[in-house]
Amino acid sequence: MSETRELDFAEAIREAMRQEMLRDKTVIILGEDVGKFGGIFGCTKGLQAEFGEERVRDTPISETAIVGAAVGAAVTGMHPIAELEFMDFIGCPMDQVFNQMAKIRYMFGGSMKVPVVLRTPAGSRYPVACGAAHHSQSLEAWFMHVPGLKVVTPSMPYDAKGLLINAIRGEDPVLFVEHKLLYYAKRMASLREPYPTLIQKVPEEPYVIPFGKADIKRSGEDVTVVATMMMVHKALRVAGDLAKKGISMEIIDPRTLVPLDKQAIVDSVKKTGKVVIASEDTKRAGVGAEIATMIMEEAFDYLDAPVKRVSALDVPIPYAPSLESTVIPQEKHVAEAVLELVGQK
Amino acid sequence: MLRIRRFEERLADESAQGNIPGLLHLYVGEEAVAVGACSALRKDDYITSTHRGHGHCIAKGGELRKMMAELFAKETGYCKGRGGSMHVAAPDIGIVGCSAIAGAGIPIAAGVGLSAKLRKTDQVCVSFFGDGASNTGAFHEGMNLASLWELPVVYVLENNLYAISTPAARSSKLKNISDRAAAYGMPAAIADGMDVLSVYETVSEAVARARKGQGPTLVECKTYRFRGHHEGDPKKGETYRNKQEMDEWEKLDPILRLKDEMIKGKKATQAELDAIDQEVMKELEDAVTFAKESPSPKPEDATTYLFVSES
Repeated sequence: MSETRELDFAEAIREAMRQEMLRDKTVIILGEDVGKFGGIFGCTKGLQAEFGEERVRDTPISETAIVGAAVGAAVTGMHPIAELEFMDFIGCPMDQVFNQMAKIRYMFGGSMKVPVVLRTPAGSRYPVACGAAHHSQSLEAWFMHVPGLKVVTPSMPYDAKGLLINAIRGEDPVLFVEHKLLYYAKRMASLREPYPTLIQKVPEEPYVIPFGKADIKRSGEDVTVVATMMMVHKALRVAGDLAKKGISMEIIDPRTLVPLDKQAIVDSVKKTGKVVIASEDTKRAGVGAEIATMIMEEAFDYLDAPVKRVSALDVPIPYAPSLESTVIPQEKHVAEAVLELVGQK
Repeated sequence: MLRIRRFEERLADESAQGNIPGLLHLYVGEEAVAVGACSALRKDDYITSTHRGHGHCIAKGGELRKMMAELFAKETGYCKGRGGSMHVAAPDIGIVGCSAIAGAGIPIAAGVGLSAKLRKTDQVCVSFFGDGASNTGAFHEGMNLASLWELPVVYVLENNLYAISTPAARSSKLKNISDRAAAYGMPAAIADGMDVLSVYETVSEAVARARKGQGPTLVECKTYRFRGHHEGDPKKGETYRNKQEMDEWEKLDPILRLKDEMIKGKKATQAELDAIDQEVMKELEDAVTFAKESPSPKPEDATTYLFVSES
């Protein structure tokens, strides 16, 4: 029997990478501060000591070179995991991400594989730390728009490990988005108390979670909440509160935005007739817009009310906590949307 | 060089007749660079290429049939008609791809070199790019990384003096762009890009260094394109280039120069060279016929080749 321990998100990510590096010598890591320092959020801690400087490589602050080198290595037989220290920095290597990494396989007629896993931390750290405009964004919607990229957005340690192993073992380019607030669970008791799901039992042995399979994080009857990353935990908290008022929320975590498990969402909508989409990216042309449109196309006749989106306000992330907590969707925003849909507001 | 020249000339004709659906950036005049550089490589070595890449691909061993079919947008082309003129790749002969984004191949080549190094092969990657691409951020980041990690890469800068219409002198203060290599702690060399032997010798030295694990080199090849930036550039670029300058460079035609040298040095007779030309023309005719007779990609296949696996 395999050992099952309680891990937080960063530990699950690290374990996935370590196990895959043990399994496959072509798996390498490159990025800023990933070596001795162990990564800005500690996800690569100890890996350079274990696997050496050749396979765990600190890079200059050169995001274009990080992604470009990962692409070049990937098309010639390696399986690089490239880390962008913050998702906000992804504008720097954007050409390598959307014109090269994403397009190479298709534009070269399927003659090449580009197995790059591009890991990057996203999201607001309120109330832990105020990252402001250039260290807080959730930009995953940009990449849902780019054909040729898989976009993975795990919310929990168990999912993170299985999805990351699937990404590394796969042969396609993957943008692996990690919400920063998920990392902190073991370090901060103040986060564990409201969000106990930040730490989970995770099997020690390697396992794979395929992309395109949503997970129902809580079953319910009245309202479907499609939530991603940190919003899953916030929605779970709301569900606990509203259950006391007799409102039953079903929480679906798509886990991967590309490919998207349309069927799981549609099935839930057929049951509840009411949907809230909760994601931390800015609202306009965002994750919620795409999923809402999909629901309209696939399950319009089952809707009892217009789909609601709970997402960030369409402004840069402000520094002041009083503003950040308004701009970034919180539990109260999810609760308001749910209550409105069930006519209790 | 002659195969490239005739290939490009035929494409210009076919394009003028409306037989090529896409843009063409022809390599006429610059053949010595691709041929000199690729002659210094083994079949299992790699290249990255650019929007002006036909010459690189043919020099690396690309088959004219598959090249032509790709340009005619046919299923039998190197990329099954999905890529076109600016996006040819052929991994089995080390062509890891042409990119139409200036400079994009420079960091990718570093990654190819990293891969060869980590897999402990002695393969080398030649990365072709132009004077225009040398002003991108990708150039800086890629050169620095390749040098820092001592990667087996040879950066071959084709300085044809113009980034579309903008003279190199209006893009950089430097007379020799290769001076920038010093900033990365990388050796540099300058080759006469109109002389295939000069390019071959210079790149061979750089390849030997790379193969021995001594890191990358920047080789600047001084060259010139005889046609416009693309087919359709009015008067072959005379709107921004001086006719006298164009004529001067045409006198340096690398194919004519090599032919002259071979005849003078009694390495070949005119008759032998003519026979080679005839053979090339025959091969081209075959390639065009193959391309024209090949099927177009089927509309129902528009979404294939996006991913290796759906999950």
